[in-house]
Amino acid sequence: MSQAMQQVSIDTTGACVDFPIFDARSRSLKKTVMGLVGGNIASNSKVPIIEALRDIDVHLEHGARVGLVGHNGAGKSTLLRLLSGIYEPTRGRAVINGRVAPVFDLGVGMDPEVSGLENIIVRGLFLGMTRKEMEARVDDIADFTELGDFLRMPLRTYSTGMRVRLALGVVTSIDPEILLLDEGIGAVDSAFLDKSKKRLKELVERSGLLVFASHSDAFLRDLCDTAIWMEHGQIKAHGDLEDVLKAYKGDDYRTPEKTSRERGSAEA
Amino acid sequence: MTAPAVVPVGAEQQVGPGSVGCVATAQLAGSTFSAAVSDLRRGWEQRSLWGHLGWQDIRQRYRRSFLGPIWISITMAVTAIALGTLYAGLFDNDLAVQMPHILVGFIVWGFISGCINEGAEVFTSNVGLITHLPAPLSVHLYRLIWRQTLFFLHNLVVYVVMLFVFPQDLHWTGLAVIPAFGLLALNGAWAALLLGIVATRFRDLVPIAQSVVQLAFFLTPIVWIYDELANSPNPAIAERAKLAEFNPFLHFLEIVRAPMLGQNQQLHHWIVVLAITVVGWALTMVVLRRYRARVSYWV
Repeated sequence: MSQAMQQVSIDTTGACVDFPIFDARSRSLKKTVMGLVGGNIASNSKVPIIEALRDIDVHLEHGARVGLVGHNGAGKSTLLRLLSGIYEPTRGRAVINGRVAPVFDLGVGMDPEVSGLENIIVRGLFLGMTRKEMEARVDDIADFTELGDFLRMPLRTYSTGMRVRLALGVVTSIDPEILLLDEGIGAVDSAFLDKSKKRLKELVERSGLLVFASHSDAFLRDLCDTAIWMEHGQIKAHGDLEDVLKAYKGDDYRTPEKTSRERGSAEA
Repeated sequence: MTAPAVVPVGAEQQVGPGSVGCVATAQLAGSTFSAAVSDLRRGWEQRSLWGHLGWQDIRQRYRRSFLGPIWISITMAVTAIALGTLYAGLFDNDLAVQMPHILVGFIVWGFISGCINEGAEVFTSNVGLITHLPAPLSVHLYRLIWRQTLFFLHNLVVYVVMLFVFPQDLHWTGLAVIPAFGLLALNGAWAALLLGIVATRFRDLVPIAQSVVQLAFFLTPIVWIYDELANSPNPAIAERAKLAEFNPFLHFLEIVRAPMLGQNQQLHHWIVVLAITVVGWALTMVVLRRYRARVSYWV
């Protein structure tokens, strides 16, 4: 193992992410302090501020496989952006060591007017790969997507499913040190989904550190061993995946055996 | 809240082949000068990304058109011929003087106005990329400057053709155009960066910048010839024209245009431009240091 890989880590201490909302002048919004959904909206300044994340302390090292759970608006996506370095904390500290590959939206950085092949290269460059590295992978990605001659067509001629195939092909071909995944793996036919799950697993095994936000227990169990439960922009719990799921789901919690059996029958 | 207890498992597992030898980079964060400089440096290192995107922007604009990016050159040629003929008549100037003057003026102005107009939107037009990818902000800046440089080079083709029709008295000193363009690009970069950052917070800056550029076009000797009006026998005209010395764009235009037309190069234009470069970058670095990390929040 190279020296560089051992340094892969994410450390945040008391990190906060506050969003100023410049175009919201409504008083009623200021009065809203807290709802079930979303972070806190502070009312003591001229510009309303959404406290999207508060006092985030995470220390992740090489080998960490962390799932992120929580309601919509609990701060999962914002946390991923904090961990990727896109949002630098407004208070507190975040230190990220390693090459980050964030996969939040499969389509970002894709250009509808250029061919699938060109998009493969560009998407890879966006994920921190070099042109050479991507050119070496193009054939493998082309095989995986099963798009054949369509790869020479402009992306705008693709169906949604075809685009997802292309994006997944690129994303799962890279070698990230830190992999941050937001659920968003959408419409693909089930045969292809199995194939991409396998590749996704291999990707996770290659990557030094994984944080994965998902609402799917099965997917979380496939990829993660620990979990963070986000609520109102704060970490509510952080620990073993099953423990966190149990606390988060409460009565809805199902044991892994049952879930995987259900999954088996659904696929049959 | 349970105690954070993350157990790194599988720490002994094999690393993928491509990751070996790849250097872990610590992102410099916070409102420090080194973080601002690091942003500019890391952005520069991603040349293959913005280099590709800059080209793609150009090809994009003319995609599916038969002539493609040659349209950039054609448009410039048509403008220069039409306006050159028009103003040669209006000002009673020799076409061989007026046309090259207008052509080179337009080429340089195209670069300046592109940097300012698109610079104001350099971050707001890239919301998707900024909020999805942890790339340095400067990637978007380099992409913009590179794209404008490519436009400039396409237009240079028209200039070369013009040299055959209206030969200019070029000297070796004309090579000064290379450092002159370098300075122009360097200034375009700080202007775009500064405007881009401020415009993410205050969106009104975009239309303001556009109107200022529009106005500056008329105030800058691009269609009219400075020396001619400044030496006009009519003192009222001469006085008015000399006000152009206060127009910073005049100096940028002159350091690039004079060598391209084989004219006398004047030191004071270079001094003004160098001073603006230093002051502009100093100001921009202060703003970049203070607000770099806020841009992803504001877009």
